[in-house]
Amino acid sequence: MGEFKVHRVRFFNYVPSGIRCVAYNNQSNRLAVSRTDGTVEIYNLSANYFQEKFFPGHESRATEALCWANGQRLFSAGLNGEIIEYDLQALNIKYAMDAFGGPIWSMAASPNGSQLLVGCEDGSVKLFQITPDKIQFERNFDRQKSRILSLSWHPAGTHIAAGSIDYISVFDVKSGSAIHKMLVDRQYMGVSKRKCIIWGVAFLSDGTVISVDSAGKVQFWDSATGTLVKNHLIANADVQSIAISDQEDSFVVGTAEGTVFHFQLVSVTSNSSEKQWVRTKPFQHHTHDVRAVAHSPIALISGGTDTHLVIRPLMEKVEVKNYDAALRKITFPHRRLVSCAKKKQLLLFQFAHHLELWRLGSTVATGKNGDTLPLSKNADHLLHLKTKGPENIICSCISPCGSWIAYSTASRFFLYRLNYEHDNINLQRVSKMPAFLRSALQILFSEDSTKLFVASNQGSLHVIRLLEGSFKHLHTFQPQSGTVESMCLLAVSPDGNWLAASGTSAGVHVYNVKQLKLHCTVPAYNFPVTALAIAPNTNNLVIAHSDQQVFEYSIPDKQYTQWSRTIQKQGFHHLWLQRDTPITHISFHPKRPVHILLHDAYMFCIIDKSLPLPNDKTLLYNPLPPTNESDIIRRRTAHAFKISKKYKPLLFMDLLDERTLVAVERPLDDIIAQLPPPIKKKKFGT
Amino acid sequence: MVEEESLRVVRCGGSELNFRRAVFSADSKYVFCVSGDFIKVYSTATEECVHILQGHRNLVTGIQLNPRNHLQLYSCSFDGTVKLWDYIDGILIKTFIVGCKLHALFALACEDSVFVIINKEKPDVFQLVSVKLPKSSSQEIEAKELSFVLDYINQSPKCIAFGNEGEYVAAVRDFYLSVYFFKKKTTSRFTLSSSRNKKHAKNNFTCVACHPKEDCIATGHRDGKIRLWRNFDDEKKYTYTCLHWHHDLVMDLAFSVTGSSLLSGGRESVLVEWREAAEKNKEFLPRLGATIEHISVSPAGDLFCTSHSDNKLIIIHRNLEASAVIQGLVKDRNIFTGLMIDPRTKALVLNGKPGHLQFYSLQSDKQLYNLDIIQQEYINDYGLIQIELTKAAFGCYGNWLATVEQRQEKETELELQMKLWTYNKKTQGFVLNTKVNMPHEDHITALCFCNAEKSENPTLVTTSKDGHFKVWILTDDSDIYKKAVGWTCDFVGSYHKYQATNCCFSEDGSLLAVSFEEIVTIWDSETWELKCTFCQRAGKIRHLCFGRLTCSKYLLGATENGILCCWNLLSCALFVFRPSEPRPLYIQKNISREEVQWGVFVPRVVPESFTSEAYQWLNRSQFYFLTKSQSLLTFSTQSPEEKLTPTSKQLLAEETLPTTPFYFILGKHRQQQQDDKLNEALEDELVQLPLTENIPAISELLHTPAHVLPSASFLCSMFVNSLLLSKETKSAEEIPDDVSMEEEKESVDSDEENNFTEQVQDTNNTDLGKDIIHQLSKSEEKELRKFRKVDYSWITAL
Repeated sequence: MGEFKVHRVRFFNYVPSGIRCVAYNNQSNRLAVSRTDGTVEIYNLSANYFQEKFFPGHESRATEALCWANGQRLFSAGLNGEIIEYDLQALNIKYAMDAFGGPIWSMAASPNGSQLLVGCEDGSVKLFQITPDKIQFERNFDRQKSRILSLSWHPAGTHIAAGSIDYISVFDVKSGSAIHKMLVDRQYMGVSKRKCIIWGVAFLSDGTVISVDSAGKVQFWDSATGTLVKNHLIANADVQSIAISDQEDSFVVGTAEGTVFHFQLVSVTSNSSEKQWVRTKPFQHHTHDVRAVAHSPIALISGGTDTHLVIRPLMEKVEVKNYDAALRKITFPHRRLVSCAKKKQLLLFQFAHHLELWRLGSTVATGKNGDTLPLSKNADHLLHLKTKGPENIICSCISPCGSWIAYSTASRFFLYRLNYEHDNINLQRVSKMPAFLRSALQILFSEDSTKLFVASNQGSLHVIRLLEGSFKHLHTFQPQSGTVESMCLLAVSPDGNWLAASGTSAGVHVYNVKQLKLHCTVPAYNFPVTALAIAPNTNNLVIAHSDQQVFEYSIPDKQYTQWSRTIQKQGFHHLWLQRDTPITHISFHPKRPVHILLHDAYMFCIIDKSLPLPNDKTLLYNPLPPTNESDIIRRRTAHAFKISKKYKPLLFMDLLDERTLVAVERPLDDIIAQLPPPIKKKKFGT
Repeated sequence: MVEEESLRVVRCGGSELNFRRAVFSADSKYVFCVSGDFIKVYSTATEECVHILQGHRNLVTGIQLNPRNHLQLYSCSFDGTVKLWDYIDGILIKTFIVGCKLHALFALACEDSVFVIINKEKPDVFQLVSVKLPKSSSQEIEAKELSFVLDYINQSPKCIAFGNEGEYVAAVRDFYLSVYFFKKKTTSRFTLSSSRNKKHAKNNFTCVACHPKEDCIATGHRDGKIRLWRNFDDEKKYTYTCLHWHHDLVMDLAFSVTGSSLLSGGRESVLVEWREAAEKNKEFLPRLGATIEHISVSPAGDLFCTSHSDNKLIIIHRNLEASAVIQGLVKDRNIFTGLMIDPRTKALVLNGKPGHLQFYSLQSDKQLYNLDIIQQEYINDYGLIQIELTKAAFGCYGNWLATVEQRQEKETELELQMKLWTYNKKTQGFVLNTKVNMPHEDHITALCFCNAEKSENPTLVTTSKDGHFKVWILTDDSDIYKKAVGWTCDFVGSYHKYQATNCCFSEDGSLLAVSFEEIVTIWDSETWELKCTFCQRAGKIRHLCFGRLTCSKYLLGATENGILCCWNLLSCALFVFRPSEPRPLYIQKNISREEVQWGVFVPRVVPESFTSEAYQWLNRSQFYFLTKSQSLLTFSTQSPEEKLTPTSKQLLAEETLPTTPFYFILGKHRQQQQDDKLNEALEDELVQLPLTENIPAISELLHTPAHVLPSASFLCSMFVNSLLLSKETKSAEEIPDDVSMEEEKESVDSDEENNFTEQVQDTNNTDLGKDIIHQLSKSEEKELRKFRKVDYSWITAL
């Protein structure tokens, strides 16, 4: 497969923000995750936990609560006092509504999905009616002394439990009055702490209220009498989150020490019906606070300050050994944050509020395979471009020639022209953007940097011709009639004739750029597309899906290629299908048309279409064969998948020219080093 | 006086008390523990051994209360029998002969069978089988009806537990837990999935316990974790909780009677009580002294009992307060010091707990006390090189004790320390007097006090591998602050740079013999001049000993190649013996199942008088020897019944006396009697014998219901007679004592001969014992004996 000079880039200081809330939707098997910067991500648990949608964050919108209501509607509330509903089709915010109670700390949707309850800073619990297109304030419950930090509905919808500071209130929904006030012990291991914060409550159908608090306790209360039934001291630090399963036979709590505890309802003896809650397994997958937990029917989901989303399957619930049966740790977004100007050897890094432009270093030294070459010229930080306004960047792109940079926030689109004069860079903003170019979900430049393709959140695709310092709007591809689904992935053929665009669920559309019309639609597939690319010369469209399948579709022939059919017939190697992360980028070798280069976060692969496909018995992750071996043996043991796991976690990898690769790595240790220090725990023997 | 019987080897103590879990009686008054071939019954309140249940012919491996009659006890043994005992009276009720080696016993309330662990085919494949105990009135019943329950289990009973009143049995081995449900007749097996990867390599199960009320199994692991398994009737939905405090393997687990708390223990010597099975809610009882091997809980729930690796049982109250300690002979890994006799207490002295010297009373099979020699905290960890107490010697009738401790990390780094302890009469214990750092350049091979009567200055000789022997004497060490004495080196001797291996003073202290490998040198102890050397090169000298009394002209040496040399110091002639050649006085074969490691002669309190030539050597002293498993054995001619100590019988009789007005009269009477005895300081033990004899008569009188008693007039004379008997014997008392004295005089000569033959016997054993025979002067001996007698009457009075 040839040797490459690899630029190993580790100066992309990307730090994901911590997870604040998670909400699991049982109906659609989706998980909503909100981060401390206000970003909300939607993961499709049926599609190998692929992050299929995201809503960019906003500096003033710190999300404190997230909930699904009425099936598919997603609400969030935060410290700015607003309740926000998200449009899951158009991927934007439907509306924001002030609750007029100060910062909102908690929110819960009623079991039938018709009502929404928020707990505010001023101690009020407000009930909202969910109407088909909005929410409407209904009434206030009895106001409490301090902020309401947690809320839970009784499954029948008749009562609610509200956790505050030092006590839990039980309200009757009909009358809106507090019927019980259950005081929580402030004592913590004999020492009286100042306050005991009820971080989470859960109301069970038998009237039991489970509370978790800052003293490290999990307590069971009888809501009918308002008495404490059982107390489990589980941590030396705060217990910050609780989630209960739908069957009410198990729940999960997360602590500030990074431990997640599983509680199960088990029968006392095999022949009696008496049951008791037992703390069973602890899981230590986090280093920092576990701020949010969720309980899906087959897995425990937790997320926290250490930015990982951990999905721990419950082995007893998993029937077959498949993707769901393994522990998953999602750290990096499933989209590209890096774009590359190949000719100028420039890399553009996208952060939440700024962009960084770097020029790669160079070397004159040569060496053997595996050598680390000394740099003759260090990498240059050319540009630091801060966004205007509080909104996060959605997407960004640099043109292949390196003279254009485009990025977009939720409300504005920016295009810059770069002029290079020796070592100086001249940045010039292209003003007077047209009104339709307000927000983009994906931006792409054509290979010759003359055209700009923008996928807007209304589902339309704009084609813009770029001239020196100005631009001209060429065409807008309107979405297919009846759908408003936005396109998130774009790919353009190197000759500039074809444009492929894919949404979150529907198939891939291929447009003819010359004739400005829809050429064809690739048949829809069950799993979302994670990466797209069009091969040079052949114009074959390569599509990677979240279930790790790779298809090759010939655009001129409007059908799958022979190779794609063969591999579908034979099936992928089982290890290939069990990989953890989706393929986020596909590229091609300009001189070797049979090669497809693709990567996910933990491996880089070159598929050689000329070689035989591996079957389940062959070794998938074979080490590179030694060069002195005879060609025949190499031929025999070789198969189409050449995999390198040398670079990880890999955020981006691309071919700069025929013999040079660039790999952008982000070591996890570097991320941890930038996080706040975790709670110090005494380790035995130290 | 004593009828001549064949000489038998008798186990007289020191067997493991911690071999199996101790068992409490239903009322928590007694605690039972297996001890070699016996079962010992201890009182939980007084720590006293109440009974020894004897009858098994091999190691007792399991005991359990009869669940249907809590006054009875089942036991099983390697001899293939299950025996049922009445432990109150200490009698054997029934014997069930199973036939194969039984490794453990479990009894359940609901069934008329017991469960035992056997191994039938392969040596390490063990099975749990249930044995149906047939109902029959005969004493010995064959129980051959075995039904198989579980195969391939661990042989330790700690790895088997019955739960939920016998609905299931849990067994652990290696990395899996198997649960057999008796009703469903199914087995579930749970393997620790991560057992293969390196991080969880120490996941092995070590013990198991079942919750008494709930379906919950607790298992202990090698990495110190405790897992609580639930829902185990479903192989898929099972779940477990982890409790982790122990840093090393969990040795045993036990649930309290109500199941509200779980007890665990291990090498940390800390008993941990987990309340409500919660990780954060735990209580500790630390500093228990040694590794906790077993934990048991009394059926009444008020007491716990921990068995420790230093052969001790601790009775612990429910509120985690240790209330009683039953200490047996401490088993150290190595007995470097050999067996010694403390001249004062006549206690056996040997290595005890790490860094300690234990004083063990042979008469009562009880530890008297521990003397901390090294005086450093013992850190229990594998791979650590500890300071070892290697040598000890008593001198000057127990007034001085010399000890040597060493620690060698590398070949060149030897740490050596000699300590000299003086006996303090006020505190009745040894007090450190002198500490000598590096008394020699190399290992000390022997140390010896000069025990001559006339010597006014205590003298100690040490020999070392560095080729020197040093003479230490007690000198005045007073300064302006206090009067003190201390030991200093007086003389350093060597012989051609040979390693000095042994030393010995002659009886009168005038000569010192020091062996240098194959050469024996004789030194004058006055001037430290080399008198003569014997270099016959018969082999390296391992032991050296002067003759006593009439034989004091002889010097005996035992060499490495099994030859006994005897030098006549007057003529400098040499006799060489081989163990097979001269006629040994006595040879007993097959004395023990294990290797004999050490032996010692202990002077008798009351001399016996054997007329037969073969047993004459037992007249004035008894030979005790220690086997590899550290059980203490001796030779005895007495029948086992006689061995029963009178104290225990008396204790029991007293306990069973009902408190009637009659009893109070009787009790008063006896107290009076004892007061009388106290007044007469010279009273003999023989007084005691008739008293103990008449006790069954009294108890019989008190226990028999009134309506079956014979007429009072008939009883009266018998009763009065029984009370009068003690007065009668008083006059007869002096005579046997005098007789024994005379015999003693006669036997002096033969005794010396015997000394000699005992050496012969010693060399028969693979590891040669070191014997210390203290020949006391006549008057001292008499005085000592009197002391003993006074002592004894005191004990019985209590």
